[in-house]
Amino acid sequence: MCGIVGLFLKDPALEPELGRLTAAMLATMSDRGPDSAGFAVYGSGGSDTAKFTLRGKSAALVAAAVERIKAAFKGVTAIHHDTHVVVGIPAGEADGFVAWLAEEAPEIDLVGRGHRMELYKEVGAPAKVAERFGLAAMGGTHAIGHTRMATESAVTTDGAHPYSTGTDQCLVHNGSLSNHNNLRRILRREGFDFETENDTEVAAAYLSWKMREGMSLGEALKGSLSDVDGFYTFVVGTENGFGVLRDGIACKPAVMAETDRYVAFGSEYRALAVLPDIGKARVWEPEPSTVYFWER
Amino acid sequence: MPEVDLATTPLRELNAALHRLKPDTNERHWVVDNPAGKHAVAAGLDAPVTVEINGSVGYYCAGMNKLATVVVHGSAGTGVAENMMSGFVHVTGDASQSAGATGRGGLLRIDGNAASRCGISMKGIDIVVRGSVGHMSAFMAQAGSLVVFGDAGDALGDSIYEARLFVRGAVASLGADCIEKPMKDEHKAALHALFAQAGLDGSIDPSEFRRYGSARKLYNFHVDHAGAY
Repeated sequence: MCGIVGLFLKDPALEPELGRLTAAMLATMSDRGPDSAGFAVYGSGGSDTAKFTLRGKSAALVAAAVERIKAAFKGVTAIHHDTHVVVGIPAGEADGFVAWLAEEAPEIDLVGRGHRMELYKEVGAPAKVAERFGLAAMGGTHAIGHTRMATESAVTTDGAHPYSTGTDQCLVHNGSLSNHNNLRRILRREGFDFETENDTEVAAAYLSWKMREGMSLGEALKGSLSDVDGFYTFVVGTENGFGVLRDGIACKPAVMAETDRYVAFGSEYRALAVLPDIGKARVWEPEPSTVYFWER
Repeated sequence: MPEVDLATTPLRELNAALHRLKPDTNERHWVVDNPAGKHAVAAGLDAPVTVEINGSVGYYCAGMNKLATVVVHGSAGTGVAENMMSGFVHVTGDASQSAGATGRGGLLRIDGNAASRCGISMKGIDIVVRGSVGHMSAFMAQAGSLVVFGDAGDALGDSIYEARLFVRGAVASLGADCIEKPMKDEHKAALHALFAQAGLDGSIDPSEFRRYGSARKLYNFHVDHAGAY
């Protein structure tokens, strides 16, 4: 199984409510994925600051690393959320920071990079994970979330979704891929590193690869219809919105809702039932093999 | 008239109360509010009562239904009226995949669209969809009728047995062993009767539909295929 939720706000007045609504949606999907949970929130940020989400084994380990980052770089901001920290670095120093981190702080994982995206994931019941990171208090324009019931690999933080696919981009997945070992071999030859045996990590790397080759995200998603074997509903978060793709068989559920104020995605209608005025929303099921995007 | 608010009453309590109803019960009209997409609402009924559900439901609503009338004022998730035995299930919105799956009898009416695998392995149920149906609908359908006012997706009636399929709009593609068949007077009469039963009498002309069914080449032993066994 696994559950996916996504919320894209059209009405700026709802932006302070983004985290609260996403947390409520995520909690309803606990039955579909009680092992672990994760979410990406697109909050404040601009092109002059690079935003990194870092993760360590403990909050103390992360705090110690942040002290070293502050000593090595100027103009660093850090907002701590339990085992994760969102670090802001002047955009010009972003590549240098990534190299420094790999060299000087190998105990810290870089889970997300961009200008607006923050990415959190941990093992545990979805409602607890959301609470640990204070999701309900977060604001922003859009968010995607995932609750995991592990099938292809172990229940670990690295096995939880979302997976970053590029700058301000991430992927969540419900389903299971059958050619991920072969794809992983191909992608390793293309220079991609893998942290886990997880199939979704392969799908994320596949999208990154296709975009590196010059495809748009929409084209890369379409490419996965022929190259990625298995069954899946993918939801990708982008700087400006989110995209949805179901495989041709479409046995993994998906429901969408749209009102004047938001567009929402849920694995089940239950996830949408917590949203304001859902009774008046246009509710429908996305078609198989069709890429959908909602962007501002 | 019992009214049950699922925002405050546990779903199991509602279903248990419905399951306790005897054939001669006087509580013949139930109203359910705030289903909020919950699964298995009003599943397993076995009494001639009417249950009206105000809002959208999750999976397997009215599954295994016998004798009862279940009306969903909203949309339904996967497997609405799956394995229905008899009675009437009416969804005013859309239905997700596998609507009426394996149904043995009764009538399922969907006013919106049904997604993929509508009527998969149907065994006697009649399904009337006023919108369109998705791919692989009526897969391995054995008996009963699937009537679609709109279009049908890919592989309609794949590996079909003796179910009858009627589509008014376009069919994206027919599945293995499913072919178009002539629409005779007896089929128009059967559709007319079905529309009357579904409460759609006079709203649509049966002669606008095309009929599809089994070529009977797949499930009958054919001596030319003997080498394949």
